Amino acid sequence: MSSGGAEGPAPPGPEAAVPGSAPPPRQWPLWEVFVRAKRGLSHHHVGSLHAPDAEMALRNARDVYTRRQEGVSIWVVPAAAIVASSPDEKDPFFDPAGDKVYRHPTFYELPEGVRHL
Amino acid sequence: MPADTGIEGRDQAPSEVRVAGEVEELERRFQELVDADQRIEPRDWMPEGYRRTLIRQIAQHAHSEIIGMQPEGNWITRAPSLKRKAILLAKVQDEGGHGIYLYSAAETLGVSRDELVDLLHSGRQKYSSIFNYPTLTWADVGAIGWLVDGAAITNQIPLCRCSYGPYGRAMVRICKEESFHQRQGYDILYTLARGTPRQREMAQDAVNRWWWPSLMMFGPPDEASQHSAQSMAWGIKRHSNDELRQRFVDVTVPQAEVLGLSLPDPEIRWNEDRGHYDFGPIDWDELRRVVSGDGPCNRQRMAHKVAAHENGRWVREAALAYEAKLEAGYKRGARASGRAA
Ligand SMILES: [Fe+2]
Ligand SMILES: [Fe+2]
Repeated sequence: MSSGGAEGPAPPGPEAAVPGSAPPPRQWPLWEVFVRAKRGLSHHHVGSLHAPDAEMALRNARDVYTRRQEGVSIWVVPAAAIVASSPDEKDPFFDPAGDKVYRHPTFYELPEGVRHL
Repeated sequence: MPADTGIEGRDQAPSEVRVAGEVEELERRFQELVDADQRIEPRDWMPEGYRRTLIRQIAQHAHSEIIGMQPEGNWITRAPSLKRKAILLAKVQDEGGHGIYLYSAAETLGVSRDELVDLLHSGRQKYSSIFNYPTLTWADVGAIGWLVDGAAITNQIPLCRCSYGPYGRAMVRICKEESFHQRQGYDILYTLARGTPRQREMAQDAVNRWWWPSLMMFGPPDEASQHSAQSMAWGIKRHSNDELRQRFVDVTVPQAEVLGLSLPDPEIRWNEDRGHYDFGPIDWDELRRVVSGDGPCNRQRMAHKVAAHENGRWVREAALAYEAKLEAGYKRGARASGRAA
């Protein structure tokens, strides 16, 4: 497991600046944006943006991701606060579900004549 | 930049021989995913060349959306009616949004926004040459929407299925918004073409000037295109430059007929055998000149972009300072109430 954004490594700090120039000010932090398209649906990840604080992140998210009424609710989450499973451990991490076919209803064969089950 | 740390959380390999074998195995798995038309996601292992190609392409695409706001922005205050002005504002705002979707996709590859902006401002990354042409009349806004956004859509639709997940998803969002752009442009030209003789002339002049540069947007001819084969193998590109250019010509020629405007190419005619429209040779020297910095507006576009960024610096810094102050106040408050309790 590692943290650092739903979709990528954490943004580089100021040390990644262009050589030869004065250290630039810290850039606005990265926020991941989740939008609920309409009542009854869950929030979906739509992308990310930079903003100095949570309130501005929400306002920017509205302008960037819902210009055509694509949502009725927005979540913004600091990208650095997201903990993600690592793709390297993909197989072992998700393996336990692989041999449990009995978790699906299709595993069971119904006797002739049984209905509404 | 962390773009070099492609493999996360792997131990240092004990010997070079082992590294070589391991990388081959990773490459094989990567290519298998691509060949199976699966998507590559940000934290997957990927070849450095794939990552570099994507960063370059997505960044150039993002820069183009941002610089592309300038030629049309030029007409916002002079739009002929309030309705046209509101539409153009919405269109230009969309382009800014497209830039942000794309920067956000590029950032998943481990490059920072600041770095990308700096690469553009220092001339080490490019934007589409089309935006180095001036918008001389209101009809240019129509021609850009119809032809430039039209060419962009032709290029972008196949990118919705790009092997890199975040890029493909950004393109889906962009393509949805682009058809409004193209239609509003066509609507402007259609109106002008049915207006006074002077308006009609203006529409024809704009089409004459934007036609060839629009064809150049598809890039050099296939035999001169450097990166195409590799990009195809990686599932970044799905059709060749010439294929896409032909597709654009085929849909655009009949649209020009409906407008009642001509395209500035006497060689355009339907070719029964090919099932496509033939068209005349493109002046590649002109494209080379504009790409290398000698278009009519290159300097102006960059100067304006850099100035806007510099003039906004104090705002970005003030916003950060304000956030730091709030944060400090919050912490002080928490300590104070902790003592009180
Ligand atoms: Fe766009
Ligand atoms: Fe557009």
